[in-house]
Amino acid sequence: MAFNAGWIVELWRYRELFYFLAWRDVMVRYKQTMLGVVWAVLQPLLTMIVFLVLFGNIAKISTGETPPALFYYIGLVPWIYFSGTLGMCANSLVSNVNLITKVYFPRVIIPASVALSGIVDFSIAAVFIGGFMIYYGIPPTGHLFLLPALIVLLFAFTYGLGMFLAALTAQFRDVKYATPFFIQLGMFVSPIIYPPSFISEKYRFWLGLNPLTGIIDSFRAAIIPGQPVEWSLLFLSCVVTVIILVVGAMYFHKVERTLADVI
Amino acid sequence: MAYSVLVENVSKQFRLGKAEQFGMLREALVNGIKRLFLGETRNEDILWALNDISLEIKVGEVVGLIGRNGAGKSTLLKVLSKISYPSSGRVTVNGRVASLLEVGTGFHEELTGRENVYLNGSILGMKKKEVEAKFDAIVDFAGVERFIDTPIKRYSTGMRLRLGFAVAAHLDPEVLLVDEVLAVGDAGFQKKCLDTMEDLRSGGRTVVFVSHNMAAVENLCTRCVWIDGGRVREDGDPRAVIQSYMATFADVQQATSDLSANTQRHGSGEARFTRIELLSKERLSQPVTHSGDSLLVRLHYDAKTTLLHPDFVFRLHSEMGTLITETGTWHHGIDIPEVPQGKGYVDLEIDSLTLLPASYYISVSLNGVGAIVYDVVEHCVKLQIEGSSDIYRSSRVTSSRYGIVYFPQRWHLGQLRHSAPG
Repeated sequence: MAFNAGWIVELWRYRELFYFLAWRDVMVRYKQTMLGVVWAVLQPLLTMIVFLVLFGNIAKISTGETPPALFYYIGLVPWIYFSGTLGMCANSLVSNVNLITKVYFPRVIIPASVALSGIVDFSIAAVFIGGFMIYYGIPPTGHLFLLPALIVLLFAFTYGLGMFLAALTAQFRDVKYATPFFIQLGMFVSPIIYPPSFISEKYRFWLGLNPLTGIIDSFRAAIIPGQPVEWSLLFLSCVVTVIILVVGAMYFHKVERTLADVI
Repeated sequence: MAYSVLVENVSKQFRLGKAEQFGMLREALVNGIKRLFLGETRNEDILWALNDISLEIKVGEVVGLIGRNGAGKSTLLKVLSKISYPSSGRVTVNGRVASLLEVGTGFHEELTGRENVYLNGSILGMKKKEVEAKFDAIVDFAGVERFIDTPIKRYSTGMRLRLGFAVAAHLDPEVLLVDEVLAVGDAGFQKKCLDTMEDLRSGGRTVVFVSHNMAAVENLCTRCVWIDGGRVREDGDPRAVIQSYMATFADVQQATSDLSANTQRHGSGEARFTRIELLSKERLSQPVTHSGDSLLVRLHYDAKTTLLHPDFVFRLHSEMGTLITETGTWHHGIDIPEVPQGKGYVDLEIDSLTLLPASYYISVSLNGVGAIVYDVVEHCVKLQIEGSSDIYRSSRVTSSRYGIVYFPQRWHLGQLRHSAPG
């Protein structure tokens, strides 16, 4: 079996490279973009404004008790992390060809470092949630302690799926074109514009199979008072995330062996 | 355990054709369905890049891997460095390994020299603390102090190479795997590389070194392994192995060498050398060549299209693969505006072959404008230089003991008497 102790030991040995690659991704991103750090905030902020106009004022989809701006923004921060990072994870093996064909290191580090580097943008955007809270005069909830666990869960899900897509993209060139399309579709089956309660009881389980449903809903519950944590939904997210992580890692490990020959 | 690298019955196969390359998911699905209905169809196109290779490399050995292009030496190095996995067999490496298949692996254009040193060091397996400790030495070795905080996209190729090699030189591995890194860079840089390898050798490190530079292999290595067709063809003393390797490139000197069937060539193929004739000054076939003889090399070609501004190049190598001289029409400032489609020949007339008796090899190439290469045939003709007793008009016999070349020369004894006291 692939996951033996030696594998873990080796991963531990290469942990510095993992940080360095994540650090490289962050440095390069901020050096190359003119807006730099501002971009991390501007992206969810602009999307939020569009949502406010489109879904708040025109389509009038209820966001419950929560002010729509806060509702959208909290949903958008994890979503933008997920969609942006997943796309980069999927391409990570192909775009690091020069490393893969020239040096040995556990390949799982590549998508992992991409997923880690995205956390920087995520954190910058997340800090702004505090600003919203002060603006609306909303006190923090007793569930704030959930946040770190939710971030880990979000990371794990993105990484698991990213690992799978990275291996698939390395093997099959045409996957690259399909990925952005499916990420785009993903937005509509994640509770960003609407709360899960908006969906009828009958379909909510199916929606819950998308781990982002539980994650995004719990993000809101952890921050906005009065919104209960849907533990069953969160549990379902955890289960699916673990399955995706394991399947992703197994497939990745299988592809990894032939990677340098195929890519 | 006295061994440092142990290779046991390692084989690696590549499936040729589309299957093993960057595939399309669409095709894979279609093929899968086809196979379901038409039965198993693909198992014929298998290439054994490595075929049952076993080697035991001892601690402190410096091993040169030689062989023709596609013989499997780079694949073997990749398997040793764990970049690529063998299809069967086992590789065991004892100690800290550094593989240097390229200088400056993972360098990022946007990052500064300093940042790249840390990144590259980490990619090559150094700990952050180690890079910190060796940082000044690395920068000093590379000679890029002034630019260390400049993004490397502003670096020249030479600076980049030096920085990359400086990091590699400070790796301090127990086992170093190197691929042809020495083929790049200027003479000063190559010397630095060779010196570093020499240091590693004297430091008792194990080095496995793939190269086409036979002189470097001969000078640096304590052992040479010749890989041919994915197998070990010969293994032993570098001088002996290199000699038998070089001997396979061309048979004994023939006045006419037919190149049309030669497969050891590369280039676009829009034009090909078809035949090389060695002629005397009188344009007669010259089966025997002596030191000091004149020689006319007639290069026959066949152009499949019109060639614009081609450059005909002739190279002469020693038996050990050292390039003795290269000369082309371009060197002589001859511009050939165009060569029409069809067959033809050019002559290179050498006034006097100032070579000492030995076997030499001729390589030819036909290049176009810019980076266009029509045809390159390496070591395709053997030139056997026989001894001549009158190169110095002294009846003294010269041989390869006295070197490779001799210069048209004379000794003057005019000052001897005046130096006497009185």
